[in-house]
Amino acid sequence: MIGGLFIYNHKGEVLISRVYRDDIGRNAVDAFRVNVIHARQQVRSPVTNIARTSFFHVKRSNIWLAVVTKQNVNAAMVFEFLYKMCDVMASYFGKISEENIKNNFVLIYELLDEILDFGYPQNSETGSLKTFITQQGIKGQTKEEQSQITSQVTGQIGWRREGIKYRRNELFLDVLESVNLLMSPQGQVLSAHVSGRVVMKSYLSGMPECKFGMNDKIIIDKAGKGGVTNEAGKSTSGKQSIAIDDCTFNQCVRLSKFDSERSISFIPPDGEYELMRYRTTKDIILPFRVIPLVREVGRTKLEVKVVIKSNFKPSLLAQKIEVRIPTPLNTSGVQVICMKGKAKYKASENAIVWKIKRMAGMKESQISAEIELLPTNDKKKWARPPISMNFEVPFAPSGLKVRYLKVFESKLNYSDHDVIKWVRYIGRSGIYETRC
Amino acid sequence: MTDSKYFTTTKKGEIFELKAELNSDKKEKKKEAVKKVIASMTVGKDVSALFPDVVNCMQTDNLELKKLVYLYLMNYAKSQPDMAIMAVNTFVKDCEDPNPLIRALAVRTMGCIRVDKITEYLCEPLRKCLKDEDPYVRKTAAVCVAKLHDINAQLVEDQGFLDTLKDLISDSNPMVVANAVAALSEIAESHPNSNLLDLNPQSINKLLTALNECTEWGQIFILDCLANYTPRDDRESQSICERVTPRLSHANSAVVLSAVKVLMKFMEMLPKDLDYYGTLLKKLAPPLVTLLSAEPELQYVALRNINLIVQKRPEILKHEMKVFFVKYNDPIYVKLEKLDIMIRLASQANIAQVLAELKEYATEVDVDFVRKAVRAIGRCAIKVEQSAERCVSTLLDLIQTKVNYVVQEAIVVIKDIFRKYPNKYESVIATLCENLDSLDEPEARAAMIWIVGEYAERIDNADELLESFLEGFHDESTQVQLQLLTAIVKLFLKKPTETQELVQQVLSLATQDSDNPDLRDRGYIYWRLLSTDPVAAKEVVLAEKPLISEETDLIEPTLLEELICHIGTLASVYHKPPSAFVEGSRGVMHKRLPARTGSGEGTECPDVGNAAGGSAPEAAPSIIPSQGDLLGDLLNLDLAPPTTPAVLLPLMGAGFGAAPAVMPASLNAPVGGGLGDLFDLGGGVGMPMGAYIPPKTVWLPAMKAKGLEISGTFARRAGVIQMELVLTNKAMSVMTDFAIQFNRNSFGLAPAGPLQVLTPLGPNQTIEVSLPLSTVGPVMKMDPLNNLQVAVKNNIDVFYFSCQYPISMLFVEDGKMERQVFLATWKDIPNDNESQFQIQDCHLNSEAASNKLQGSNIFTIAKRTVEGQDMLYMSIKLSNGIWVLAELKVQAGNPNYTISLKCRAPEVSQCVFQCYEAVLKN
Repeated sequence: MIGGLFIYNHKGEVLISRVYRDDIGRNAVDAFRVNVIHARQQVRSPVTNIARTSFFHVKRSNIWLAVVTKQNVNAAMVFEFLYKMCDVMASYFGKISEENIKNNFVLIYELLDEILDFGYPQNSETGSLKTFITQQGIKGQTKEEQSQITSQVTGQIGWRREGIKYRRNELFLDVLESVNLLMSPQGQVLSAHVSGRVVMKSYLSGMPECKFGMNDKIIIDKAGKGGVTNEAGKSTSGKQSIAIDDCTFNQCVRLSKFDSERSISFIPPDGEYELMRYRTTKDIILPFRVIPLVREVGRTKLEVKVVIKSNFKPSLLAQKIEVRIPTPLNTSGVQVICMKGKAKYKASENAIVWKIKRMAGMKESQISAEIELLPTNDKKKWARPPISMNFEVPFAPSGLKVRYLKVFESKLNYSDHDVIKWVRYIGRSGIYETRC
Repeated sequence: MTDSKYFTTTKKGEIFELKAELNSDKKEKKKEAVKKVIASMTVGKDVSALFPDVVNCMQTDNLELKKLVYLYLMNYAKSQPDMAIMAVNTFVKDCEDPNPLIRALAVRTMGCIRVDKITEYLCEPLRKCLKDEDPYVRKTAAVCVAKLHDINAQLVEDQGFLDTLKDLISDSNPMVVANAVAALSEIAESHPNSNLLDLNPQSINKLLTALNECTEWGQIFILDCLANYTPRDDRESQSICERVTPRLSHANSAVVLSAVKVLMKFMEMLPKDLDYYGTLLKKLAPPLVTLLSAEPELQYVALRNINLIVQKRPEILKHEMKVFFVKYNDPIYVKLEKLDIMIRLASQANIAQVLAELKEYATEVDVDFVRKAVRAIGRCAIKVEQSAERCVSTLLDLIQTKVNYVVQEAIVVIKDIFRKYPNKYESVIATLCENLDSLDEPEARAAMIWIVGEYAERIDNADELLESFLEGFHDESTQVQLQLLTAIVKLFLKKPTETQELVQQVLSLATQDSDNPDLRDRGYIYWRLLSTDPVAAKEVVLAEKPLISEETDLIEPTLLEELICHIGTLASVYHKPPSAFVEGSRGVMHKRLPARTGSGEGTECPDVGNAAGGSAPEAAPSIIPSQGDLLGDLLNLDLAPPTTPAVLLPLMGAGFGAAPAVMPASLNAPVGGGLGDLFDLGGGVGMPMGAYIPPKTVWLPAMKAKGLEISGTFARRAGVIQMELVLTNKAMSVMTDFAIQFNRNSFGLAPAGPLQVLTPLGPNQTIEVSLPLSTVGPVMKMDPLNNLQVAVKNNIDVFYFSCQYPISMLFVEDGKMERQVFLATWKDIPNDNESQFQIQDCHLNSEAASNKLQGSNIFTIAKRTVEGQDMLYMSIKLSNGIWVLAELKVQAGNPNYTISLKCRAPEVSQCVFQCYEAVLKN
């Protein structure tokens, strides 16, 4: 199991050091600093073995978090734990920075005592942790409150406490997708996928039982089997369904029920949380197409022309569009002309950055640039990194649609249609690259 | 309020000040002081001097302060055991506190204080807490048992905590169950044989129920524990799989990977024709792909595991090639792993896409990545024959870039392509030769030299090229030197007239001026070959090479099976068994995949461990690689230090470590005149007789070979194996131009020279020839082991026949083992490898038998007489270095002998026994 956890600043000074196992000595702290943080070359692996001791690390801004062990631990669990630890810290005191860590080191030790016991991850739900790790002491609690805390921490529904009350029952659903693309210079899609998340903010009283539905092909097909045939079912509903390759759920979702009936039912945590993640690869709407044209004129000049085309309904607007065109290392000067937005050569980033605030669907825009190069005797060719793009569109590129979210709370007297529900779709670029 | 100020105190006399503050009356001041102490502790300052003062602060109702003091205690109690006792009272009192959070905190902290005296006081509170009404306390106490076990295992057993822990598996609270499982699993690891976890269908059912309800971490503990269970039959296996599959949709990747581990393991037991088997395979792919959208560190763990899964069950991900395409911004460790998997998944169907990608990668910046991409192109060529041509032209394009490391890497892989497809792509040699000067890495230089030597006849200036390397011969690495030596000998054999001087130069450089034994040995071998028999030299050096295999870097199957059982863990990340990086006994137990058991048969398998252990028949050492390409012919020497002995040596070498094991009691006990005398039997008792030669038999009847009849036998004369042939011409016409060739065989037998039939064989004429054989030919396991397939050619046609040789002709003259070595080896070879045979109707006494056997290089090492029964201990060494040990029991007046054979390669026992029988009866 996890033998210990260290947190370092960018210089390699220890900010937090908590050892859980006897086989981890003080020298382990230094071993990691010397061999990884102060190592000269780039980190080649997130798992390092130094003298039969294994170190797992992640970095958050310039803070290093390292788990150390001498046993054959579950490596996936260790990383999941590290991410979770970061989430918990962030929700307690915001950004993970040296200053914040130093300011909250007592709290962090207290959390580490609770989240890990003898190196075994225990309870890492911020919701329940906040009920009893408050930095205020727990003196004032009544007996009922105490047992409520312990039953929530250990119980089946560790993510929600009893007795929540809202005057207005309301919920927000955000379908957040990031669309990833790798395209060849000729416009052939090499790989494309959407990874999406359904984030829910719930402000509901009591212990509501929820059921979530979307236009997943399998669910619709399953429903169709009931009465009419599949095809008839589809044509009557008139809605298009999408094929989800795979999805994963928050721990509140009853997985066995999803496995047998494909129904997504759960009791939601209070406040904001991620209900599910999913991935699709078929019939993706690619919001933008990038057409690059790079021409080398002699040894000291490059001519670049890039056209972007928006490919969605003209009534919709894409925002925060940014096209990043890499330039060679030996660039001496750049002249840019663009029809729309602003373009700038950023020498420190070796790229031309072209920004457009807004762009409607079915439009086209173009940039052309002349890049002057310094003559070099470096034989190595320029690797031509791909042109990347960022944007935000108000629809889900996978085609996913929320069909319903039903809320049942039998004990309290509010029903499904008393709940105010909001749904929003945001499609963002993930790694959206076109080779040139 | 900010705490960062505590980190900044660096004054001298600090400890003194802190001491005063700790003893202050004001609560706030005390707390501040403890915080400062903890901050100093964190950055590594020694604040142990403050121990009594800090412990004094423990008695408080301020929980935050209490926790800080506990933290201090955990760190320093070990260095101040006597003072730590001061804390015991507070702990014991806290364990009775009405607040469950405080009870749990006390028992949790107490378990972390590794001081014997405190441990004693821990037992009573722990016992109470294990039965506490509050689940939070119980789940904490469960882990505490594991802590206590780590400090004092005996105490835990004596106090009966293990039983209480087992009871907690049936607890109503899922988190208590999960922690109890985790604690038991850990304790069980240090007692590999105890039946601690006692997994049976009932307890498994409880675990599966808890699985649905507990936290993500608890699910991991339970799944990892489930993976150690071996279901009794395929039905149970399927029902567990059905209940585990929903976990594949969990958001926590570790839960997913642990579920994959359980499924991969239990799938082994399912019949492949089962519908469910196919369904399961389909269900596994999407979650594995989803893991690739996790954070990079987790992607890395997932990719290392996918690498194993793809090797074990390639069908799962065969259609998912695209997701392994490298993204420009992937961290380098993810890129390298993806590339590995791409090569493994490359097939005819997707090769075009893969190649296009690889070509793209070869222009990236990171040197390691580029090299690996170039190498991958070569591996694609070898793996997918249809793509070879495209791969070669891609490599040529890359060579044109003149980027130094790309060129070198490309040349190394082109050499492999030549070996896989001989005589196909030699047109590119000219391009390669242009880059000769830029090669500065040994591997690339060696590869280039190999190419020049191999195709010397097509390269006009091969001698000049090789000569240019010769100038700095002594500065080259061994790899290059060996290669250069062989290449020049090849060149000489191909163009003897122009290169005599060159070959002499290299031979003298290798044999006289070098102090590398490998190089000298090889030099001498060539020198003698060339000086005694150039024809033989040609056959040896220029013999046809076996083709190289497609998959060169697969993980060895037993290791792969073990790693599959460790999916998700560090072992699967390192691709090493836990014993390679874990100290002590923990987790060193080897895990195996279960064998398939039908529900009908063999359901009663009382010992789970055994059932799992008996599953891998391939674990038994096999002497002879079943594929010819593992063991090369002599020409394999070209590319690496001699491989023939290297492959075989570990098998016998391992035997000499004197590990205690069961051995025949008779050898241990000094009976009669004492072992010393007996073992002196040794050397020359009686006259050694000539080796046994079986009578000639007809191998190829005349009617099958257009009039040529061949009969023959095998003999070993003065250490040389001879094939004695009688050729009879029963046809009407004269036969000429005889030649002979062997197929690959178990012991690498090959003609050491041409078949010497000098005069034409007239009708009805008979000729006897004797053909010396060597044992350095290509090796392939035959069935039966001693089968030899022969082709004989004459002016009329080529004829094929097969014959069996007595294995005794492979028994070498130095097969007499030292007594001690014999003893140790006998002990060391597992008893499973022993086989017993009866020889009937043999009327020799033991001495005559011993003499007779010695003639065939079966050496008697010791003799002992027990109750009128003579026991002879004998050793035999085969030409490929395998030892066979024998115990022969001869009873006066009884014509039936009993013989026991022990060998690391039990396959040979049957053949050896046949030899005994043949030798003794003739």
